[in-house]
Amino acid sequence: MDRVSADDLRRERFFHGMPGPHLARLATAGRVVEFPAGRRVFEENGTAESFWVIRSGTVALDLHVPGRGPVVVETLEASAVLGWSWLFPPHRWRFGAVAVRPVEATRFDGPLVRTLGATDPELGYDMALRFGTVMLDRLEATRIRVLDLYAHPGEPR
Amino acid sequence: MAPVPYRVVAKRAETAETVTLTLAPVGAAIPEPEPGQFTMMYAFGIGEVPISVSRTRPVLEQTIRAVGAVTGALCRAEAGQVIGLRGPFGTGWGVDEARGRDLVLAAGGIGLAPLRPAILRALARRDDYGRVAVLIGARTPGDLLFEDELETWRARGAQVEVTVDRPAPGWTGHVGLITALAGSADVDPSRAAAYVCGPEIMMRLTAQALAGLGTHPGRIRVSLERSMRCGIGWCGHCQLGPLLICRDGPVVPYESAVPLMAVKEL
Ligand SMILES: Cc1cc2nc3c(=O)[nH]c(=O)nc-3n(C[C@H](O)[C@H](O)[C@H](O)COP(=O)(O)OP(=O)(O)OC[C@H]3O[C@@H](n4cnc5c(N)ncnc54)[C@H](O)[C@@H]3O)c2cc1C
Repeated sequence: MDRVSADDLRRERFFHGMPGPHLARLATAGRVVEFPAGRRVFEENGTAESFWVIRSGTVALDLHVPGRGPVVVETLEASAVLGWSWLFPPHRWRFGAVAVRPVEATRFDGPLVRTLGATDPELGYDMALRFGTVMLDRLEATRIRVLDLYAHPGEPR
Repeated sequence: MAPVPYRVVAKRAETAETVTLTLAPVGAAIPEPEPGQFTMMYAFGIGEVPISVSRTRPVLEQTIRAVGAVTGALCRAEAGQVIGLRGPFGTGWGVDEARGRDLVLAAGGIGLAPLRPAILRALARRDDYGRVAVLIGARTPGDLLFEDELETWRARGAQVEVTVDRPAPGWTGHVGLITALAGSADVDPSRAAAYVCGPEIMMRLTAQALAGLGTHPGRIRVSLERSMRCGIGWCGHCQLGPLLICRDGPVVPYESAVPLMAVKEL
């Protein structure tokens, strides 16, 4: 697994505008990883100890629905962030994740990033805001999907 | 302006509720439409509705979703039947003006129909454009329009990405809102022109996402729909703020659409 540098992180939209010293500390927690298509990244209910910034490929988030098997709720593409359960107790995945197209990503060591944030609250706050923004965007997208914009006008909703 | 008689020469079911009609003039033809323009389609004895052109050449095609009396009648038209056309009306996407640029064409639902002539025009003159990305959002895989053409578009040099709200078993494509695909478009946003067509909320969010990635809002165009009657700027039925959509639209720059998208239909 290759190490990453502050410059590697600076190129990612997720880290846009983050001060250099913060990037340098976060880079110590990051490694480049790859997943072939079909490989499960994590299992629903498993221990959440990482997050990934996707460089290329596609990851599907899924949930096991009894009688239907794993149902995909959303896919994540290049530059998206995968995983936020590492940040919040009880640190367990609420969804599963599987690579649907070959993925290259930077994997971050969650407990180490939590420690970095606890020892430098400025970094911790910055990361919490960035993850908050990701969650806000996904919440908005989910709410819009609930509106079922493409439904037939005559259909009961 | 009297409707010009056109014969349905072919009919293709796109989805359970959407058909594409191939039309040929019975006598004189209407002028060739520009990508983005629409005609007033007349189902004789029932009524007339604005429908975008979904192919301009070598044949005229229009793609219709049955939502009410007139669209329902048009969707039931069979090969051989005669309907009326007035037009073409309205503003086009301006594909020719965008020569030399990368293109992003983002469609939600039936919105792919008005964009299809722009896609076909750009792919017919592939060397005139930089990279071409087609982003498509649909409700389910079964609601996808022109599904058997997407491979051809890819083969002719377009990146085509499809996302659905609800995947069916076996679906291996994207799942989620079309806005999430904006970042996957393999274009240089700063030199791209973007055309967005679909439900208004979809157009607003997609245009915001594209602008957020660096595409100039003046080069993002959206297609506004309001109910229409005359099609030629007389009756005022489709007035939206300072615009008569039949004449000044349907395609307008996103910049001028922003304040109008908040105006509720009368
Ligand atoms: C410029 C322009 C281009 C258009 N292009 C196309 C096209 O390419 N293909 C196509 O299928 N339709 C298109 N439309 C929409 C089409 O004109 C309407 O669906 C049609 O007028 C409905 O008439 P109707 O008599 O069948 O239904 P109505 O009885 O008038 O309405 C039936 C139901 O449909 C709803 N409805 C009406 N208009 C719309 C609309 N625009 N969008 C969503 N719901 C609507 C009504 O609220 C009602 O619930 C376009 C509209 C405009 C203004």
